[in-house]
Amino acid sequence: MRTLLKHRVLLLFAALAAVAVLAGCPTQEPEDQPGIDPTPPTQQPSGEPIKIGGIFDLSGPASALGQPEAETAEMLQEQINAEGGIDGRPIEILIRDTKGDEVEGLTVTRELIEKENVVAIVGPSRSGTTMAIIEMIETSEIPLISCAAARAITDPVKKWVFNTPQSDEDAVARIFEYCNANGIAKVAAITASDGFGIEGLKQMEKLAPASKIEIVAKEEFSDTDKDMTAQLTKIKNSGAAAMVCWGIGPSPSLAAKQANELHLGMPVIMSHGVANRRFIEGAGAGAEGVILPAGKLLVANQLPDDDPRKELLLQYASAFEEKYGKSADTFGGHAWDAIMLVVNAVKTGGAEPAQIRDAIENTTDFHGIGGTFNFSAERHYGLSPDAFVMITIKNGEWTLLEGAADGAAAEDGGPTG
Amino acid sequence: MTAVQVWQFFLSGLTTGGTYALIALGFSLVYNATGVINFAQGEFVMLGGMITAAAMAAWGLPLWLAALVAVAITTIVGLVLDRAAIRPARHSSPVVLVIITVGASIFIRGLASIIWGPDERPLPAFSGDTPIVILGATITPQSLWVLGATLVTALIMWAVFEYTIVGKAMRACAINPPAAQLCGIELSRMVSWSFALAAAIGAIAGIVLAPVTMAQYNVGAMLGLKGFCAAILGGLGNGLGSILGGLVLGVLEALGAGLISSQYKDAIAFIVLIAMLLIRPSGILGREGSDD
Amino acid sequence: MSVELAPQSQPNMSDEAALLARRRYMQKLQILALFSFMALLPLVVRNTYYIHVIIFIGLNLILATGLNLLMGYAGQVSLGHAAFFGIGAYTSGILTATYDWNAWLALLAALALTSFVAWLVGRPTLRLKGHHLSMATLGVGIIVAVVLRQWEGMTGGPAGMKTPGISILGFDLNTDLRYYYFVWAWVCLLTVLFANLVESRPGRALRALHDSELAAQILGIDTASFKVRAFVISAAYASIAGSLYAHSSMRFISPTPFAFETSVALLVMVVLGGQGTLWGPVVGAVSITFIQEFLRPWAQYDIVVYGLILMVLMIVMPGGLSRALGRLWEIVSGRVRARRARGRGGAER
Repeated sequence: MRTLLKHRVLLLFAALAAVAVLAGCPTQEPEDQPGIDPTPPTQQPSGEPIKIGGIFDLSGPASALGQPEAETAEMLQEQINAEGGIDGRPIEILIRDTKGDEVEGLTVTRELIEKENVVAIVGPSRSGTTMAIIEMIETSEIPLISCAAARAITDPVKKWVFNTPQSDEDAVARIFEYCNANGIAKVAAITASDGFGIEGLKQMEKLAPASKIEIVAKEEFSDTDKDMTAQLTKIKNSGAAAMVCWGIGPSPSLAAKQANELHLGMPVIMSHGVANRRFIEGAGAGAEGVILPAGKLLVANQLPDDDPRKELLLQYASAFEEKYGKSADTFGGHAWDAIMLVVNAVKTGGAEPAQIRDAIENTTDFHGIGGTFNFSAERHYGLSPDAFVMITIKNGEWTLLEGAADGAAAEDGGPTG
Repeated sequence: MTAVQVWQFFLSGLTTGGTYALIALGFSLVYNATGVINFAQGEFVMLGGMITAAAMAAWGLPLWLAALVAVAITTIVGLVLDRAAIRPARHSSPVVLVIITVGASIFIRGLASIIWGPDERPLPAFSGDTPIVILGATITPQSLWVLGATLVTALIMWAVFEYTIVGKAMRACAINPPAAQLCGIELSRMVSWSFALAAAIGAIAGIVLAPVTMAQYNVGAMLGLKGFCAAILGGLGNGLGSILGGLVLGVLEALGAGLISSQYKDAIAFIVLIAMLLIRPSGILGREGSDD
Repeated sequence: MSVELAPQSQPNMSDEAALLARRRYMQKLQILALFSFMALLPLVVRNTYYIHVIIFIGLNLILATGLNLLMGYAGQVSLGHAAFFGIGAYTSGILTATYDWNAWLALLAALALTSFVAWLVGRPTLRLKGHHLSMATLGVGIIVAVVLRQWEGMTGGPAGMKTPGISILGFDLNTDLRYYYFVWAWVCLLTVLFANLVESRPGRALRALHDSELAAQILGIDTASFKVRAFVISAAYASIAGSLYAHSSMRFISPTPFAFETSVALLVMVVLGGQGTLWGPVVGAVSITFIQEFLRPWAQYDIVVYGLILMVLMIVMPGGLSRALGRLWEIVSGRVRARRARGRGGAER
């Protein structure tokens, strides 16, 4: 009886081992050396897809960013493949949800690199996730074009990391410029307790002295905060002449809404992290008069006709609206820029990760949604400060602020582009 | 910190507290009928707000009709939850029931994100955005709606339990199930009633709260857990205690956030919960000496 | 005690003893088989991502084993076990990254801190009857999650923090494969410890307590103190898993894995595997980790499926998968019929 049992146990494990061998075999072959030497690109059978990873916050507090980014990725994949792909090869964008979570971001990055053998990754949506995966990107040697804005992502330069959005440093500079022009000397900062908010506050603290602006109150909110009465009440009594709010997702709209309800009595300035229709809808009456720096896409139809990128912006906006039945925003634009930079790099350099990286680094004068990109070995952040225009919300619509158009015209260096 | 500021925190705390009170009431109803702590209670709140917002946007319904639809659908969800998930497992251990209700809560949340997307959905305030100033502090008309809904629901519940046959039968079941069954009360009907009522109350809480915080697929989890704290605070299974627990918790949270630290606001409810468990495990209005 | 005794020829008492001895022998054999299997597995599984997944199965197994001690033997439920996992991970992470402690010293410090917190929570609540520990742990779980997110100066907040690796006597555990063996060595150690613990006198006392608290009290067992000890040990297991997590090849910790959802996932692992069995946590940790991994490419559809799976599993198999499999095994092997034919032999369950 006993020996019989023993045999049974051994048999069971033998069976388990056999299953493991069977399960292991097929997956093992294409994935022997993750990342560095993917087998497909060398012989190029037509139709062998070029795999690009797309990691976005499809759910969680930053889904307002991740959704349009993923939708843009899907749209571009269709467009490019309908036009015959790149040199006869289709592109395949593998989209993963980072769920607003840094660890999830790390895990899906690993999965895409080591299991799916992607040649490049676009995303993540948020600065925090980007900062978390940078080390893995650097050791795996896969190019990453982030859709997040923090200056710290590309400063100092990391060999394999690039980003497309206008940086928080430029946004703060632009806001302080506005404050100086309008005689605002004291501001209250209310920032999210996530990567974007923390980096934003750092930039404000860094740039304030030079702009002769005093930050008289520093308040924080987390992305689960539904009631900001406590923070706003303190700001109301802080003696500030304007409130600068730095965050993404629904929290900033609640801040604007409740500021209005509490009769805050000072202008509300937001970051480019709210450049999305959902902010206007969420903040309701509180959105009126909010001022923010943002890319030109939101006000594309208000741009002068000689703006070199006007046509591109309108094209993207109408294609997106046609496909998804909602208006395009700057976040989808960040993904557009990131994906087209990769596609462009594959076209000029080749489909190996190292070739893509080199080609991105050598990209100059690339007209994108966010602005005109110029990369170099010392500069992995492709835009210049004047990619921003100052926008205000009037009657529930994005409206170009008076005088801000001058900066817009300067951006592309005249009609020559 | 001026008196006006404290007063402001108190007022906004009362608003949040009203929501907690309604959620706590739902916990108590289901607990009395089944002994189950329904961790999906928070999802009823989410459904209330989301369905109202979606019905207004998609079908162009007026607010009152959309709200009615939301309450009806959420009630059905509550009944289905009872029939499909709780009833087949009612003889299982408490931990299995906890997992089932948490699983249900994750499932409902996921379904909501697929049906309506992950975006937050604003709902217009019922009677305008113009704040009312009371003794220097502002309160929005919507806050009054939240408090009003809490009060009216509490009164209706009281009337139901005091004066209707169903209410009396439910009370009997809560006090002594075998004896109630001997009197000819069908226990399973009463369980269905309690789930239906809990879901409806949750939906109402969600509808009045949505204009304040916006409706989103993921708001249910935290609200549910805080409502649970309120229920424990007031004495689990005690209706009046639930209302009181909710209001006290809301005010404590707002004062804690305003006077101590807004960063640790979400922890306050649970610190109160633990303190309560150590000092008076039966809750404010719970029977002294009762075990759980 | 000898295993060689033929069961049928003996009177009842030694029949039981022989059964017990045989069970222990089988258990040792099974543990040995599992770990030789795990030792050889990397020969087949070469992809580093899968190695990484199996490392996480190991961590989940440590967590589930600790929780199993509390649930399956002391009959108590913790709704916030992820908090102890988190305290372990962050104590290790902060002490090594910020204060340059030796990783092993940090692990011990984390262990001490976690045990102390568990003792602080368990002592007052476990003296009361009912489910107060569950509610208190639910509260502790969320408070810890909030503190990890908000105490930015220390924890890095929601953006997380980078953590250093760990080494043994100068041997750096810096590849996934090395870490794989390191983690599974820990799993082996802690499983053997667990097996010995539940067969020891306190372990048997705990089991008596699970069956009938009153009977255990009559037998002179200080039930409350045993429960507190079981709770502290289960928290200590979670702390070790946390420290191991902090030094894994992710080199990064952030608050999300230590929230309520993880606490529930751990409950599911224990219940699904079968509470109070040695193999329950293994079955639970492997299946839940695989389910979560399998659902990853489904992007935002994963949580619907996950919630549904939780519900269905618990409704269909409230006694757990290993018990259901065990019953199936019995039926298949015809053991039930054979025993019935022999005329009601042992009372083994």
